Amino acid sequence: MTRFMTRFLLPLGIFALLAVVLAIGIRHSPDKGIITSPLLGKSAPAFSLPNLTDPAQLVRSADLKGHWYLFNVWGTWCGGCREEHQMLLQVRQAGVVPIIGLDWKDDDAQALSWLSQLGNPYQSVATDHSGREAIEWGVYGAPETFLVNPQGVVVYKHVGALTPDTWTREILPRVSATPAGST
Amino acid sequence: MRLMRRSLRIPLLAACLLLAGTSAVWAVDPTELPNPALQARYWTLTHELRCMQCQNESLADSPVGLAADLRREVRDQLLAGKSDDQIRAWMSARYGDFILFRPRYSLRNAWLWGAPGVLLLIGALVCWRVVRNRTTLLPGDHEPLEEDGQRG
Repeated sequence: MTRFMTRFLLPLGIFALLAVVLAIGIRHSPDKGIITSPLLGKSAPAFSLPNLTDPAQLVRSADLKGHWYLFNVWGTWCGGCREEHQMLLQVRQAGVVPIIGLDWKDDDAQALSWLSQLGNPYQSVATDHSGREAIEWGVYGAPETFLVNPQGVVVYKHVGALTPDTWTREILPRVSATPAGST
Repeated sequence: MRLMRRSLRIPLLAACLLLAGTSAVWAVDPTELPNPALQARYWTLTHELRCMQCQNESLADSPVGLAADLRREVRDQLLAGKSDDQIRAWMSARYGDFILFRPRYSLRNAWLWGAPGVLLLIGALVCWRVVRNRTTLLPGDHEPLEEDGQRG
């Protein structure tokens, strides 16, 4: 009996334990380099940044309190941003949640011509020439999209081009669970 | 011809060594801080923070734009008198613990820190059992020898 235990059950037990540990490791490893944001469940960074379309105006997080909004980090130098642009236009058309853009380390003139050529899906676009605001949000590659609730808390983050799938599965259910305007 | 080659050898070697040296220093980051102590802390911090865009490089080694922005952040905060721990905490508040190449101790990864000790204990236990089993076998080992002696 003890021989059976040491020769058979013990190695099997060790194998099972190792398999479980490795399985947990694989499931929690950054999937294709996607890193869970520490911002989730926390207040979105407060910002007050120049407005791309009207530099005399500011885009301020304080003005966005009480409403859901999507915070979309983009740049004209970013391939994935061109890819998701059509999807952003559809989101704007749906009218469920406004998109605030963060034009990250970009040239204003190029950004403006991008918007006039491809269409403007944004309620307003803030500019971040130095890249400091993107760091506040823990952005590590564009495009990235954050969903912020009426209390100003980041409830979801999507890395990469926004797809119809993430919109219907991740964003829409969260926004429609609490009607816009209610707190 | 042969002589010329030989005379060229040393200057060439010297030139190669010199270039090798400069490329390491000038590779990515030419940042200089006002005093050696700050420079040393800057060096350590930028080497133990991860470049989030090219995840297997440190901030110091990465040529991408975001790494440069984060290095600027490290420099500015050092100049502002922040401690190394404050800077690490600032970074991980934005990018998560993943940005730290040297992991911190937390309840979630406690088992990982404890694992080497546990493995050592298991090893010691197995070792002890094997040795004990061998010593109990010893008297039996002598029996055939004694028999041989009697026969011979």
